[in-house]
Amino acid sequence: MSLDPATVRRIAKLARIGVAEGDVARLQGELNGILGWIEQLSEVNVDGVEPLTGGAQIALRLRADAVTDGHIADAVLSNAPDRVGDFYTVPKVVE
Amino acid sequence: MTYTLQGSTGTWEIVCGLEVHAQVISRSKLFSGAATDFGSEPNSQVSLVDAAFPGMLPVLNEECVAQAVRTGLGLNAQINLNSRFDRKNYFYADLPSGYQISQFEQPIVGRGEVEVELPDGSARRIGITRLHLEQDAGKSLHDQDPSRSFIDLNRCGVALMEIVSEPDIRSPEEAGAYLRKLRTVLRYLGTCDGNMDEGSMRADVNVSVRHAGEPFRTRCEVKNVNSIRFVMLAIEAEARRQVEIWEAGQEVHQETRLFDPARNETRSMRSKEDAHDYRYFPDPDLLPLVLEQGWVARLKASLPELPDAKRARFVRDYGLTPYDAAVLVAEQSIAAFFETVASGRNARLAANWITGDFFAALNRTGRTIETSPVTAETLGALLDLMADGTINGRIAKEVFEAMVDTGAAPADIVQQRGLRQVTDTGAIDDAVNAVLAANPDKLAEYRSGKDKLFGFFVGQVMKAMAGRGNPALVNEALRARLSV
Repeated sequence: MSLDPATVRRIAKLARIGVAEGDVARLQGELNGILGWIEQLSEVNVDGVEPLTGGAQIALRLRADAVTDGHIADAVLSNAPDRVGDFYTVPKVVE
Repeated sequence: MTYTLQGSTGTWEIVCGLEVHAQVISRSKLFSGAATDFGSEPNSQVSLVDAAFPGMLPVLNEECVAQAVRTGLGLNAQINLNSRFDRKNYFYADLPSGYQISQFEQPIVGRGEVEVELPDGSARRIGITRLHLEQDAGKSLHDQDPSRSFIDLNRCGVALMEIVSEPDIRSPEEAGAYLRKLRTVLRYLGTCDGNMDEGSMRADVNVSVRHAGEPFRTRCEVKNVNSIRFVMLAIEAEARRQVEIWEAGQEVHQETRLFDPARNETRSMRSKEDAHDYRYFPDPDLLPLVLEQGWVARLKASLPELPDAKRARFVRDYGLTPYDAAVLVAEQSIAAFFETVASGRNARLAANWITGDFFAALNRTGRTIETSPVTAETLGALLDLMADGTINGRIAKEVFEAMVDTGAAPADIVQQRGLRQVTDTGAIDDAVNAVLAANPDKLAEYRSGKDKLFGFFVGQVMKAMAGRGNPALVNEALRARLSV
């Protein structure tokens, strides 16, 4: 599998990362290197092996349905760059 | 009943599937211990998990899992004992983590089916493709400030069930019937309140059109339609738009659209161009969800009687028509009301009163079955007064209206207003004689063969008796008198 420059630009756009045109070729090389490295996994023969979801056979832990959190608006909003009352605000996003 | 659109090149049929987002009833959120109540102070029901602070980890709410399983069972669907959570990646200001935890490849519930009843009395089965658990996003307010949007994360992380139907729906009416049925089932199960006004049930509508017998054509998705009526209007508007495009020799492009109820049309959502590239991958913070068969079986054993079973029982045990039974089981409270009234009484008469005068009175007075001044007990007492001959059917309507106005017991109203039925044959004979004496011309016409005037005499006698005459005795007395 190898990425072309258009795919690199699209991935950057979806991830909201600004990539200068001059950097595309370098990123393409780096990403293809990573993908090639991961692709070594396809060399392993997994015939007859059940799909595996993790190294340990641990079941997901569940919690009881109880209200144990909240009412910490100040902590939640502590990093808000433009707080108004108890709201975050962002530049207007509307259709 | 086939629904079609007539175009200039022929007849088109609609192909529609619905994705319903139903908010799960639970005290706390899907992956955090913050509360789920609607309408609280902004950002007061937010944990650091919901606000996606670095390093915070999600822990799954067992009750939300149980609610999804109950819903799956209620939709006659396959429960998947192994399922998994995935990240659905997209950027929006009310989604602080940049991804929604959802279930993509292995949902908790697989195929099922719902039977829907149509207004013409026919029934159709609509397939369920899947149901999965996912997080809701926060809420953006765009009308608070000219240049900024305000973000409230109270809803962020609340559990949703996304219920996806097969493209089995063929008309706006079927879509409406499907949504109503789904809402009824969710309410019976207690897994979602089904309140579309508060956004606890929302629908995405997939629509395409085709000539009968063709394979599917390209579909468009109309996002976030928030009432059953708007879903029906959106399907029709979108189908018409697509017919026009095909008939003009152009192609429909797959895209996401919005329904504008004010203009009754759909329009493109350009900002969602990349929306279908969500780059799903398994959430590394969460292990696979493994359910025990015994736990699922215990949930199944604890389900309430569901609408289809209740309707079948009403038809079987009370002798109701399937239509009346379907109307009465739409809400559990109405079904319970009916059973109280019908118990030990004429069940069909009880059904007629409830679906007729009683519902009309609720509509007229803006009451619900919970706040109605007429209770199941007092309506039952009214039927008893008719059954034992204390009042006739016509007076019963008058007593019922007084019950709506005053909330009083029917026996008291009959007593106070002197509405007891007159069964004294002497009094009835007097009234008959008076009416015949007052209408010699009509009497002559009747005698010369105008039989239809019998009804006129009955009406006049009842009027003379202020409606209180026993109808059978009045008929009998008139017939005896006129045959002489």
